[in-house]
Amino acid sequence: MSEIKTFEIDFGKVHSERMRLNVGPQHPSTHGVLRLEVELEGEIVTEVVPHIGYLHRCFEKHAENMTYPQVIPYIDRMDYIAAMNNELPYVMGMEKLLDIKVNERIEYIRVICAELNRIANHQLAVATFGLDSGAFTPFLFLFRDREMIITLFERLSGGRLLYNYFWIGGLMHEVPPNFEEDCRAIIKQVRATNAETMNLLIYNKIFIERTANVGILPADVAVNFACSGPVIRGSGVPYDIRKTEPYSIYDRFDFNVCVGRGEVGTVGDCWDRNIVRMEEMEESCKIIEQALEQMPKEPCDVREFVPKRIKPPKGEFYSKAENPKGELGFYIISDGGLKPTRVRSRATSFVNLSVLPEISKGYMVADLIMILGSLDIVLGEIDR
Amino acid sequence: MNAKEIFDSLKAELGDGIIELVEEQHVEPFIVVSADTILEASLVLRDEPQFLFDYMVNLSGVDAKDSFVVVYHLYSMKHKHRIVLKVILSDRENPTIPSVERVWKTANWHEREAFDMFGIIFDGHPNLIRILSPYDWEGYPLRKDYKTPETYKGLKVPY
Amino acid sequence: MEMEHTNFVYDLIGTNTIAYILLALLPMLFLLPYALVAILGELKISAWIQERLGPMRTGWKGVLQPLAEVVKLLQKEDITPSAVNKPLFNLAPFVMFAGAYAAYAVIPFSSVFIPSGINIGLFYVFAVSAFGVIAIVMGGWASNNKYSLLGAMRAASQMISYEIPIAVTILAIATLAGSLDMQTIIVKQGGGFWNWNLFGGPGGIAKLWVIPFTIILFVVYFVGSLAEINRVPFDIPEGESEIVAGYHTEYSGMKFAMFFFAEYSNMFIVSAIITVLFLGGWQSPFGDFLNGPIWQSLWFVSKAMIFVFMQIWIRWTLPRLRVDQLMHVTWKVMLPISFVAFFAVALWAMLSV
Repeated sequence: MSEIKTFEIDFGKVHSERMRLNVGPQHPSTHGVLRLEVELEGEIVTEVVPHIGYLHRCFEKHAENMTYPQVIPYIDRMDYIAAMNNELPYVMGMEKLLDIKVNERIEYIRVICAELNRIANHQLAVATFGLDSGAFTPFLFLFRDREMIITLFERLSGGRLLYNYFWIGGLMHEVPPNFEEDCRAIIKQVRATNAETMNLLIYNKIFIERTANVGILPADVAVNFACSGPVIRGSGVPYDIRKTEPYSIYDRFDFNVCVGRGEVGTVGDCWDRNIVRMEEMEESCKIIEQALEQMPKEPCDVREFVPKRIKPPKGEFYSKAENPKGELGFYIISDGGLKPTRVRSRATSFVNLSVLPEISKGYMVADLIMILGSLDIVLGEIDR
Repeated sequence: MNAKEIFDSLKAELGDGIIELVEEQHVEPFIVVSADTILEASLVLRDEPQFLFDYMVNLSGVDAKDSFVVVYHLYSMKHKHRIVLKVILSDRENPTIPSVERVWKTANWHEREAFDMFGIIFDGHPNLIRILSPYDWEGYPLRKDYKTPETYKGLKVPY
Repeated sequence: MEMEHTNFVYDLIGTNTIAYILLALLPMLFLLPYALVAILGELKISAWIQERLGPMRTGWKGVLQPLAEVVKLLQKEDITPSAVNKPLFNLAPFVMFAGAYAAYAVIPFSSVFIPSGINIGLFYVFAVSAFGVIAIVMGGWASNNKYSLLGAMRAASQMISYEIPIAVTILAIATLAGSLDMQTIIVKQGGGFWNWNLFGGPGGIAKLWVIPFTIILFVVYFVGSLAEINRVPFDIPEGESEIVAGYHTEYSGMKFAMFFFAEYSNMFIVSAIITVLFLGGWQSPFGDFLNGPIWQSLWFVSKAMIFVFMQIWIRWTLPRLRVDQLMHVTWKVMLPISFVAFFAVALWAMLSV
């Protein structure tokens, strides 16, 4: 037998370190120009630092140099996915300040437009969320339907994305003929596709594996971070301004506030946030159906109450509405002149995104993308 | 609870730090709080069972020409009431206010934005850096006396 | 057991250097049109699944679209980023393609045509398919890009893990057939589809109990092959929504086309192997009916193309798994199942000798 030799292996300078990875600003699934500075331990995310502002267009500064109606097109460009919903709180707040009472039909048209746009937004959110998980087909199905809604809005206002349709004290135009039939056709199509999406994507085993128990946002954290919309409702908090403090004519409709129930995982995971969006589309369909029933059929002069010169009294107000993404508020200060002194927007996505570093630690890179997708952010609104 | 009741009970609890309740036409009633008391007032408003303002809707900085104002919009998930707090900072050179980041986490980004746009210093904020403007931007864009710089890193700004 | 294989090239021009060169080039004659058809299939099948038309402008109903894409890729500037490790960066796509092409050496298109009738064909395929891992790690590391590195690491762990259940499956079939030689395995499955290995291979009524196990092996191999070639739902090495494009983030032009071409080539190879292992290779499903050499190659290619179609179908239907779930599926699900099936099949092979 030869003698046993012991070897000492010199590992030299082998050492491990955490990797800092820039996800974005140019990345397929940051939903815009968002940069996430991610620290990775292997594939595990240990720290996320969002850097925003790449799309900053000085909305608040611009608004101070515009007359009140001129602000509306800028508001469209905040959350460009749901421009109709964006206009609503501003217009409602201005009407409150100016003491304008618009007639019934205008209110109904506004609600229908807002709900249609909510459906369009949720379709986009679910579609891109599916795309983040690698499912391409539901994305195109949902986009096909969103096209119908956009085409209807194009006939309403001339714009496909940015409408400037709600005016202070009225609307831009009366609705086109066949508006009601078109809305019903859209609802029918949306319901059919949603049923298909449920089978194809939402209850897909792989999709559930990817989203259930990922990015859990507990209710108390959601409240402390002031999340709103499907993000907070996904955590089981039934906070929906349409229900808690009904504005416009939302108190006339019968609809449910959808909350996450932790059906396949824990309450507040990505799957819950997503299913809330799916269910809200159905609720929006119900609201539109009721609104179409109740709406006064006679066309009216939609510019009847539009003031010639908008010069609100000195004052300030915080006007809010339930955007598809959550609570959108405008804090407007008027000094009695033609231009606002200050327009502060409580941007929904801005607040919702701030929770990302909190809920994405300890998950993998792939999960980080899913969590980001489930928050449904729009960079136009974050950066304003 | 309405604004008057909130003001009264807050005044009873914190005394002189709570300055006044303003109720005017066209203005949501708001409570003016002194800068030193705001953190204490926030904790009281969040934790006392009759207030429970657990949801900070919005934090805005406002340039009121002679002073800066920080406006807090609060909401209670349980009692479903709202209140507006205002802190008036009359020192334009060095506006400083305690941060409420540890009361409501959402204040983190709102305060960074107010710092970015108005230069309001939030004492005790964990990471008070610019958020929307580039990190090396000079000046505070939403101040009324802000002059757009001629150039930024050699690029002409008013293009 | 050794079998003498006839090869029509040797029959025509004898066993000489020209014949070898010819044999080496013949698969390319198949591969190029196949790649065009597969790309067109990918475009059109995805369009069909997604209720759209797909490419319609180039040629009749867009059939020339793949050609247009090849021309586009050829014309593109071949960018080599300045910070990359140039030799490795430039070599990786060729290694990838060489690995993919080398496997064609033992693909039996017909009873009279297999480029190289070596008696360890299955083992050989298994060996050269590992080239892909090397190429991906090379490309990913040399790109000097964090996304590429992540993609390469994912690819390496994934492909090596999935080779184990695949190896067990191949082992089971080799036990069943008593050979590692492609042609021998196929010849043993002759005489109608009932004798295919998917249905337990040749044997009397007693083989009924082994059929579930061979079907399990078939499924394990199919799922493993999806992972082996990085197709959805196992496309995490290039998961575009997470790590941009994974290991080929930095590649463009012709070098990207090589990766692309290798992927389609690999799709056919795994389909061809699954056909050989389970579906009787070039054997006609109806015994001796339509079982001439030309028909055989037709049967072989169409059987393989069914699997290529299934890969495309799955790609446009399913979302993507996560890295740890992928590992879970291999080590904790597929490996034990394949072992159980392997023992059952080995028992059957022992009993039926």
